[in-house]
Amino acid sequence: MKSGWRSGRLLESILKVVSLLAVIIPLLILTFFLITVFLDGESRLVPQFLTSYPSYKPEDAGILPALVGSIYLIILTSVIAVPIGVGSAIYLEEYGNGGWLDNLIEINISNLAGVPSILYGLLGLELFVRALSMGRSLLAGAFTMALLVLPIVITASREALRAVPSSLREASYALGASRWETIWQVVLPMSASGILTGVILSVCRAMGETAPLIFLGALTYLAFLPDSPMSPFTALPIQIFNWISRPQAGFAENAAAGIVVLMVVLLLLNGIAIYFRNKMQKRI
Amino acid sequence: MESRFILETKCKRGYKYIEIASEGISGNFNLFKAGKVEEQRLSSRKTKFRTEGLSAWFGSHQALNNISMKILKNEVNAIIGPSGCGKSTFIRCLNRMHEVVPGARVYGHVYLDEKDLYEDGIDPVLLRRRVGMVFQKPNPFPSMNIRENVLSGLKLTHRLKKDEADEIVESALQQAALWDEVKERLNKPGTSLSGGQQQRLCIARSLAVNPEVLLMDEPCSALDPVATVRIEDLLHKLKEQYTIVIVTHSMSQAARVSDQTAFLLMGELIEVEQTNNLFTHPRDKRTEDYITGKFG
Repeated sequence: MKSGWRSGRLLESILKVVSLLAVIIPLLILTFFLITVFLDGESRLVPQFLTSYPSYKPEDAGILPALVGSIYLIILTSVIAVPIGVGSAIYLEEYGNGGWLDNLIEINISNLAGVPSILYGLLGLELFVRALSMGRSLLAGAFTMALLVLPIVITASREALRAVPSSLREASYALGASRWETIWQVVLPMSASGILTGVILSVCRAMGETAPLIFLGALTYLAFLPDSPMSPFTALPIQIFNWISRPQAGFAENAAAGIVVLMVVLLLLNGIAIYFRNKMQKRI
Repeated sequence: MESRFILETKCKRGYKYIEIASEGISGNFNLFKAGKVEEQRLSSRKTKFRTEGLSAWFGSHQALNNISMKILKNEVNAIIGPSGCGKSTFIRCLNRMHEVVPGARVYGHVYLDEKDLYEDGIDPVLLRRRVGMVFQKPNPFPSMNIRENVLSGLKLTHRLKKDEADEIVESALQQAALWDEVKERLNKPGTSLSGGQQQRLCIARSLAVNPEVLLMDEPCSALDPVATVRIEDLLHKLKEQYTIVIVTHSMSQAARVSDQTAFLLMGELIEVEQTNNLFTHPRDKRTEDYITGKFG
């Protein structure tokens, strides 16, 4: 009896150490990576780097069009993906009855989540750039990215909707609310923080994706900022990718500095979203 | 006076004479008056709901079998029976909440003021504004404060002016005997209240819509005895204005609060009677076994 208790405690402390390592190791790798990148790009991390256009001289080149392009891209992507994604989640959770159509949709969504991102690039090129003749524009990029992140938005939103207890839905029905009024007034306010988490995740994914944008022909040399959804654009990962592939050492520094900028933007986005999420959760 | 009133209605005639004889002249007179009022009330009883051959299913499981009974207007109607006897399903058929559950079906008729609720063209959403419901577990909306919770049913139908809304919030909370406890903190979340207060908030929320009927599905089963007494006291007041149907697993509660009691067993209506008759002279053997605690 006593030895059994002891081995239980031993097992528990082993598990504790293992799970602690599982947290620390990735964090260490990430920190190491961040520090080396920061040291590599340190010389280029000056305000002009953020406000300059690309140049053939590494020391003059800046990241402005890529930064602006990336921000426009994720805003447009969210505008497209969030209503569609949350809408599908509401349909599947609140209206669907588990019939063959629902199953078909569900299988498709999980399939979409597993498709390599480069295929989304091919799809975007064929469908949005050519067939719908949007050209190599910001809009075509945003639609492609929206398709790419839809499964994440849908899955996270469904989880959030499912977490709302059915007793609250019944309470709302019993007060004479229709199904839509119940969703709008009771279910969505309660699941907003969970949905927002999904949106953050998907925005970060869209921010970091490179492969589909290469196919879509996001340019790397832009001497102007995109001024409409139809204008050509570039994005941070593309710019970084381009610099890395150049032979001059100066561009490698630029790439490192670009990575730091990308990471900072991602952290900022996450921070803002987590702030709003916590604020919403406090209300509940 | 009130306790005498109840006592009087619960006594048999012979017993009443003894009571009267033991009272002084004034007591005698009061008792006589109370008796008159009670008699008038009995003779003027109106039917609010009438079910006819009501059966209900969950998928292939039949929860109710061919139930025909009346729910009396401005009275407390209790539904008793062991767990799984279909008593909750029965009241959920009265405001068409049964069909909210996937795979649920209803067969038969429910008449509310002689209008069939299961006819084509009856909108369950509008019906539920006339027939309010309070659930077993208190379920105030966590994303709303106390005030918003009370107004939640009304906000669906029309925009309210602030003073109009204030008035409704106060009167609904007064009716639910919660006003004095929460008037200082109407902006606190509904979930910050205690269990008994939350349940009274749910009652206030239902009353704010101004229904004709209040269905209560074991409203006290998650509450402590003190909170239970408060809700039972409330029922005595509320029945003057509303028809009340209460499902309860507590026979003593049914005996305390209700005017009519129906006993359900395995989805069938065994007996429906005046509460005092049902508990003193059950006609069916199964009712007797249940109320004397031989099963259930």
